[in-house]
Amino acid sequence: MFQATRFSRRKRRYELLARAVLFLMTLLIVAPLVLIVGYLVYQAWPILSLDFLLTNPRNGMRAGGIWSPLLGTIYLVVISLLVATPIGVLAAIFLNEYTRENWLTRVINMAVLNLAGVPSIVHALFGLGAFVLFAGLGKSVLAASLTLAVMTLPVIIASTKEALAAVPVPFREACWNVGATRWQTIWHVVLPNSVGGILTGVILQVSRAAGETAPIMFTGVVFYKAIKEGDPFAYSLFGQCMALSMHLFTISTQVPGVPKALPYGTAVVLLGVVLAVNALAILVRLRLRSRRKW
Amino acid sequence: MVTSSNMIEIRGLSVRFAGHEVLKSVNLDVRRNEVLGIIGPAQSGKTTLLKVVNRTIDDTPDVSVTGSVHVDGADIWKLKDLPALRRKIGMVAPLPVGLPLSIFDNVAFAPRMAGLRDRHEIEARVERCLRKAALWEEVKDRLDSLGTRLSGGQQQRLTIARALSHDPEILCLDEFSIAIDPVTTMRIEDVLKEMRSQITIILVTNLVQQARRLADRTAFLLNGELVEVGSTEEIFSETPADQRTFQYVRGIFG
Repeated sequence: MFQATRFSRRKRRYELLARAVLFLMTLLIVAPLVLIVGYLVYQAWPILSLDFLLTNPRNGMRAGGIWSPLLGTIYLVVISLLVATPIGVLAAIFLNEYTRENWLTRVINMAVLNLAGVPSIVHALFGLGAFVLFAGLGKSVLAASLTLAVMTLPVIIASTKEALAAVPVPFREACWNVGATRWQTIWHVVLPNSVGGILTGVILQVSRAAGETAPIMFTGVVFYKAIKEGDPFAYSLFGQCMALSMHLFTISTQVPGVPKALPYGTAVVLLGVVLAVNALAILVRLRLRSRRKW
Repeated sequence: MVTSSNMIEIRGLSVRFAGHEVLKSVNLDVRRNEVLGIIGPAQSGKTTLLKVVNRTIDDTPDVSVTGSVHVDGADIWKLKDLPALRRKIGMVAPLPVGLPLSIFDNVAFAPRMAGLRDRHEIEARVERCLRKAALWEEVKDRLDSLGTRLSGGQQQRLTIARALSHDPEILCLDEFSIAIDPVTTMRIEDVLKEMRSQITIILVTNLVQQARRLADRTAFLLNGELVEVGSTEEIFSETPADQRTFQYVRGIFG
């Protein structure tokens, strides 16, 4: 009864082969990540310290720390998300909960998806034209943050819509049937069950905003700027700032005689910021899953 | 507003989905405090008819509706306050939907959304509705647990309790027994019999015998056409007005 036929032996061989190939591909993704992080940390090790984080670059950026670019990146990310999150989430709620499918909403949804695929250098040019020149903000923290906000907005809209759509439609119908308004339904039933997914989408945009270089070097980030060390309010919204991504580019390619550990240290900190934020997103998602209500 | 003896008056109601006609010029009256059974095979437009009455049809894409519908004397197409119309009507869908809230909050949802704040009054109403839906004894000790974790039959009774929670004058049941066992079905039917003198009930069902057990009058819908409506005795007699009715209730087609 359990004797292997030729067919079942062949099935088994293919099964093993499939497993091996899939495992190899997974390894192929993980290995570079481990290698990159390991190599970066190894190279940066001599320089990593709290002092490195809290002092300005010195001696033509050949010594000192990364306080000024680190604070600049934090400013840019926080302000851009403060702008993009409410607009993006509310627009997504409108698109998903209030509009019926028709040609107009189809066009809008297409536009959102396409906007999410626009290269960041194009956003940079838009930011330069719209915020720096037209709105008269000049090259400033605000102009650069707004440019990043415009860049992250379509992705926030798309991910929020997806989180909302994950709440089953019958829940909404049940609420409408008992005389709840759209907004009551959204507030009491839809949002409490999608907030985790919405947050995950927003948080993942932090890492994207933190890593971008093109949009901010056109609109507000400078080569070098010293600020008061240890003062978290050292930047003004209308002044220019430094940023980690740009700083990494500068000290790796534009300044001769930079000690090798310096760019690696900067890269590790940038990577650390991004990974920490991603870890936060994963935590939020885990919490969401453990609280699933249906 | 003239108080007529009819709770719902439907005249010349046609509904088209993307060009396909699902209701064809239906005329139907639902009398105050009667149980009206609506029978008919799948795809005959029964659910659509209910969706028109509480205007949830508005949320369906690519639909066009013509004809007049009056609920308690008011033209529903002219109503501005849709939540008020929907509070007048309790709606029970074929598949049970427990909201992802506690059992208590499931039933307290509608009164709260209508502005009721008094805690004692809400508690009293939750208990009353759960008792009416024959669910109170099973859940009274765990009102804080999630409504979505109840069994299918319990969730359906929770849905009925929720449909009663805003004191509707009309109760629409759309194939309420599809997802529940025969014993629970019988219990709910008993509950409906108790309520029949105080509330108008529209009972949409695939089970012709259920209509026969409960309905004062029965309507037969076939492919969007209202074939006939009459007293349940007539419809289930040897000689209904239309030959198709006879064939359907005898299980000859459908």
